[in-house]
Amino acid sequence: MVTIGAIIYEPGNTTRNKTGNWRTFRPILNTEKCVKCEICYIFCPEGAIYEDENENFRINYDYCKGCLICSKECPTNAITKVREEK
Amino acid sequence: MERVDVITGTTAAAIAAKLSKVEVIAAYPITPQSECIEVLAKFIADGELDAEYIKAESEHSAMAACIGASATGVRTFTATASQGLALMHEMLYIAAGMRLPVVMLNTNRALSAPINIWCDHQDSISERDTGWIQIYAEDNQETLDSIIQAYKIAEDEDVLLPVMVCIDGFILTHTVEPVHIPDEKKVRDYLGVYEPKHAYLDPDRPITQGPVGVPECYMETRKQISDAMEKAKKVIKRVNEEYYEIFNRRYGNGLVEGYNLEDADTVLVAMGSVCGTIKYVIDSLKEKGKNVGLLRVRTYRPFPKEDIKEMLKETENVGVLDKNISLGFNMGALGIEIMATLKGKKVCNYIVGLGGRDITLQNIEEIIKHLEESEDGETKWIGLKE
Repeated sequence: MVTIGAIIYEPGNTTRNKTGNWRTFRPILNTEKCVKCEICYIFCPEGAIYEDENENFRINYDYCKGCLICSKECPTNAITKVREEK
Repeated sequence: MERVDVITGTTAAAIAAKLSKVEVIAAYPITPQSECIEVLAKFIADGELDAEYIKAESEHSAMAACIGASATGVRTFTATASQGLALMHEMLYIAAGMRLPVVMLNTNRALSAPINIWCDHQDSISERDTGWIQIYAEDNQETLDSIIQAYKIAEDEDVLLPVMVCIDGFILTHTVEPVHIPDEKKVRDYLGVYEPKHAYLDPDRPITQGPVGVPECYMETRKQISDAMEKAKKVIKRVNEEYYEIFNRRYGNGLVEGYNLEDADTVLVAMGSVCGTIKYVIDSLKEKGKNVGLLRVRTYRPFPKEDIKEMLKETENVGVLDKNISLGFNMGALGIEIMATLKGKKVCNYIVGLGGRDITLQNIEEIIKHLEESEDGETKWIGLKE
């Protein structure tokens, strides 16, 4: 439901409204190649990369917009891309 | 106390804004609107009106300031014309999209080039699809009444859209007429204090206005505006009646006004001050036993399709006068829309009065004669020099 004038009355509502649905390419992280250097985590402009409870890095596709900066910056080429299919 | 002053259309608009107790005025002077904001500046300087006056560096900024002010929850007003309105173009969409009840006077004037400061409707017609309600006044009295009504319409919870009241440059803006000025307290009681429910500034209620609208939600916002335009038709009719009960003046049903429509098989359709000329011609023809009617479109947006269809269902000859031209289609905007409304019926379109070209009584008679003789709908430019 869009409010009149598209006003946002509730701060932080992107926890509900996903913003990662205009991706053309989906970055795929190979955890075996990953050396946990955190460079992808630092460079991600959307904050869509996070560390899970096992200290593995993961990509949150609800918010990843597919800019592939992570893939470009990864020193071990652990992040590859596939075309997004709708 | 209600009084009668002999004033120009721009002064009438300024007085109406004052009576409506606007709180922020942001404006940039442009011919033929300037007098309106000069009078308002004087009201504030003389302490007659307690409002913030923002002297903007352009019309784009003036509208931006009005949007900002309106978003905090206060009544706002500005005035513009022609190039100034065109300069506001992108801001007009924002005011409508954010559903802010900004009210503006537009003094209709031709667009450049060549530079022309005189009247035609091309400026406001070009802003047709911005989501603004457009009211075209016929005289100075209607200018004053329409500005007051505009706040009532714009602030209605079913509408929440900005309104521009359009008056013909020079023909109304610089011509004095006797205008009934309603009692200030009566107007304030009628409009009440503006208490926005959806958009206002309150530190205890942080909100985001004008956010990004991704493909998943943008279309819905457009549909809401479209629905609000439809609802506005009812609201405008209601406001017209309420206004009549309090102030004793009304304009047709609010959306359209019929003049001598009964039994008329020839009807002219027009907007703005030219309707006064047409009414005069109709009266003089009536004395000669000839029945011609006028349908005056008062609100171009929302477009009163249903009323026009109903009022013209018996009419054989429909002639639409346009003070604008949709270049490349060789018809005026009103002509195109009347033709679409009256599918299949003969509709002739007359391009008149561009850039302040006089529309004479003879011109109107020529139009009526052509309309009665014409077999098919066609477009004719009236008053062109050889």
